[in-house]
Amino acid sequence: MSETFLSIQGVRKAFGQTTVVKDFNLEVARGEFVSFLGPSGCGKTTMLRMVAGFEEPTAGRIMIGGKDVTNLKPNQRNIGMVFQAYALFPNLTVSQNIGFGLKVAGASKAEITDRVKEMLSIIKLEGFGDRYPYQLSGGQQQRVALARALAPKPKILLLDEPLSALDAKVRISLREEIRAIQKKLDITTIFVTHDQEEALSMSDRIVVMYDGKAEQVGTPFEIYNRPSTKFVANFVGTLNVLDGTVVDPATATVRINDRDISLKKGQLNGAKAGDVLSLALRPEAIVLGKQDGRDTNLGGQISDVSFLGSVIRVRVGLGKNAVSLDTFNSPASPPPVVGERTEISFSSDDLLVLH
Amino acid sequence: MTDATFSDPAAARQSVPPARAGGLRLPLQWLGVAPFFIFALMFLIFPTFYLVVGAFQNDQGEFTLANIASLLQPSILAAYWISIRVSLASAVLGALAGLAISIAIVRGGLPRWVRSATMTFSGVASNFAGVPLAFAFLATLGRLGLVTVLLRTWFDINIYGLGFNILSFAGLTLTYLFFQIPLMVVIITPAIDGLKKEWGEAAATLGATQVQFWRMVVIPVLWPSFLGTVILLFANAFGAIATAYALTGSSLNIVPILLYAQIRGDVLHNPHLGYALAFGMIFITGLANVFYIWFRTRSERWLK
Amino acid sequence: MKPSRFWAWLTFALGAAYFFIPLIATFEFSLRMRRGEYSFDAYRVVFGDVRFQETFAYSTIIACFTIVIGVLLVVPTAYWIRLRMPQIRPVVEFITLLPLIIPAIVIVFGYIRMYGSNSPLPFLATTRGTDVLLMIGYATLALPYMYRAVDTGLRTIDVRTLTEAAQVHGAGWTTIIVRIILPNVLIAVLSGAFLTFAIVIGEFTMASLLNRPAFGPYLQNIGANRAYEPAALAVISFAITWGCMSVIQVLARFAPKSANNPN
Repeated sequence: MSETFLSIQGVRKAFGQTTVVKDFNLEVARGEFVSFLGPSGCGKTTMLRMVAGFEEPTAGRIMIGGKDVTNLKPNQRNIGMVFQAYALFPNLTVSQNIGFGLKVAGASKAEITDRVKEMLSIIKLEGFGDRYPYQLSGGQQQRVALARALAPKPKILLLDEPLSALDAKVRISLREEIRAIQKKLDITTIFVTHDQEEALSMSDRIVVMYDGKAEQVGTPFEIYNRPSTKFVANFVGTLNVLDGTVVDPATATVRINDRDISLKKGQLNGAKAGDVLSLALRPEAIVLGKQDGRDTNLGGQISDVSFLGSVIRVRVGLGKNAVSLDTFNSPASPPPVVGERTEISFSSDDLLVLH
Repeated sequence: MTDATFSDPAAARQSVPPARAGGLRLPLQWLGVAPFFIFALMFLIFPTFYLVVGAFQNDQGEFTLANIASLLQPSILAAYWISIRVSLASAVLGALAGLAISIAIVRGGLPRWVRSATMTFSGVASNFAGVPLAFAFLATLGRLGLVTVLLRTWFDINIYGLGFNILSFAGLTLTYLFFQIPLMVVIITPAIDGLKKEWGEAAATLGATQVQFWRMVVIPVLWPSFLGTVILLFANAFGAIATAYALTGSSLNIVPILLYAQIRGDVLHNPHLGYALAFGMIFITGLANVFYIWFRTRSERWLK
Repeated sequence: MKPSRFWAWLTFALGAAYFFIPLIATFEFSLRMRRGEYSFDAYRVVFGDVRFQETFAYSTIIACFTIVIGVLLVVPTAYWIRLRMPQIRPVVEFITLLPLIIPAIVIVFGYIRMYGSNSPLPFLATTRGTDVLLMIGYATLALPYMYRAVDTGLRTIDVRTLTEAAQVHGAGWTTIIVRIILPNVLIAVLSGAFLTFAIVIGEFTMASLLNRPAFGPYLQNIGANRAYEPAALAVISFAITWGCMSVIQVLARFAPKSANNPN
């Protein structure tokens, strides 16, 4: 990883008695796209607003490009920010909105015109310069907001749930567009979202936040496949949790229902025989019926079948445990039937012990 | 008649789909709003129109501009002038004070109860006009009013000695502010609410100072509603008579009081001059209204 | 943060002083009737005055009829425009705003000239007729407020869907308006009604020029001839206005909330 550009060191934020951000540490490299992912109230927006300068940290410091900005006002930090509700100035045209940052900085008219033109072409809204915000769709407004934030060439781009107010279709296309522009301009970006799909698809790294703390920091691949806590595993993706009793710590053997299963070594973390563990298993790691290459199978009964189009989600009861799994829809074979006895198989390597 | 038509369920069901109800049923549609239009014509538009026409006629019913020309006599001009001054002063001062209070309660970081108390009180005070308002200010700033007396006994300041008089331009303006300021608060607070917090934050991240943000965004956004409300306040004060009449009797020569005296006793000795006087009032408030509509549409051009 | 809050408090305090000092002064003045001590004598005199009782009762009755006229005029019109004729909406809104622009004194002047005893519609020939004309005049004055209140009320309910649902069940127009629409905008109508009452109860210009024994001219008359009673009457009037506005506020809490505007 290249040099650190944004550094958040031991930041804490309390409003009166409630602490909303607890000891937050993060190093972001130049040009990196980092998402803060978490449920509402987890402190992700407060953390972002401290980077922007709207909130003052109770403790800790924030450095941008090696400079301590903790006590700087927002308008001295040279950052670009995009808000959930667009926040375009209604009395200014698209061009005037984009040129706002340059104008307040005292740039020349020619300079502003050139830059606005360039930004309009980047967001593919050439010819919309003279419109007013209310004449644009939500997606267009958000692209203008992005251009406005980027026009003064900020050091850091902050995106506060910029897609949540948009329709599903627009959301996905804008997601790709934002990522493409970010890569093209190579700008360090913090993206706040509660939507795991957005975070997984756009980010270089994700910070999963819960209750004011960073639960896990990692690439989308790591976060999804190797969640380090129960919260992360539950919040990111759909997850099955099975109860397993430790049989023999030495061989990492646990018992699920009536079957002894050997886990990958080093996962038990000092659990003793008789301890009950939560074992996570992604739906896509399970198949219906017996299959070669998967060492474990359990018997159960189908309790629910939902047809989702290309896939069929099946819920299988396994004694006191239950799992969901996905099978591909195939016109040739009839879908599973509720009440049917069945068997599921998976690879014991995919079982993940949650702490 | 109209009621009978509408209460017939069969007819109602026939006209169910609004799309189909279009062209053919047009006359029937209009029956629904006919009472309103008849009322408006009979009791609002025709009476006004009658006076306007009368203003341009002589006793023989011939067209003339003589009545309008007679408005230019010094005593009538003076009445219009003081009316315009009082209305304008109370509208502008009321609007500025109302705006300041509105910004303070919406943006000033004051506790919630301050806002709700202010809004409730404004609703009351904006409707507390007319005769009782005059009584209140006489009891406050009249020669024996509480404030007048306290200023004299506590601070040895005799405001009447300093040229103040409740029965004057200043006194009337001060009194009108009692309903003008709250009216401004009631009307402008939604507009201040419409200023999104994110605009200020966006401007800050773009490097703008508070002053730049106000100059480039807040003032341009508020300007149409502000000016529109000033004009409404102007019309509000311009037509008011009860407060002034109860406060000053007929000693303060403002247009509504002059017109009142003319209606009661033809003090101008020319009925058609009375019409012209009324026409002048409508003309001035109407002119103000044209501006109001113009600014409203401008305001709406930005805000959806 | 700190300095802005200071200025906000200062602005609020100055405003509060401007508005409360006259109210306090008026109240204090109204207690001074008996020499050397505070008493409610002025109020006793006012409430005991037959003319007070008569004029107040007269104005209350006029206000009630005014409200009825206003409701009958505004509710069907606003409803019909929402349902069928949205295209003439700007025209109707403009007309309802006219009374804010045309001063009351001009309107009543027009009435006196148009509806005198020698005219084809001699409202002013009889006392009853004059009363009716006064109610009509008041309904005109209250039109902007009544229309706004009802129209806002109608906006929060989906007029078209409600109407069509009622029609599917075979309801006629009278049933629809009386049983479906009115209850749903009742809060809005009541708000308009109380506002109308607040405006009408002490109105001076129209009542005085039509020579009717209303509360407004009575107030003016007392003001010209008495010292302490006017202050007491001002306090009473303020209390009445306050009462009307409080009722409106309480009513607003029961109003149906619109889906797109939850606040």
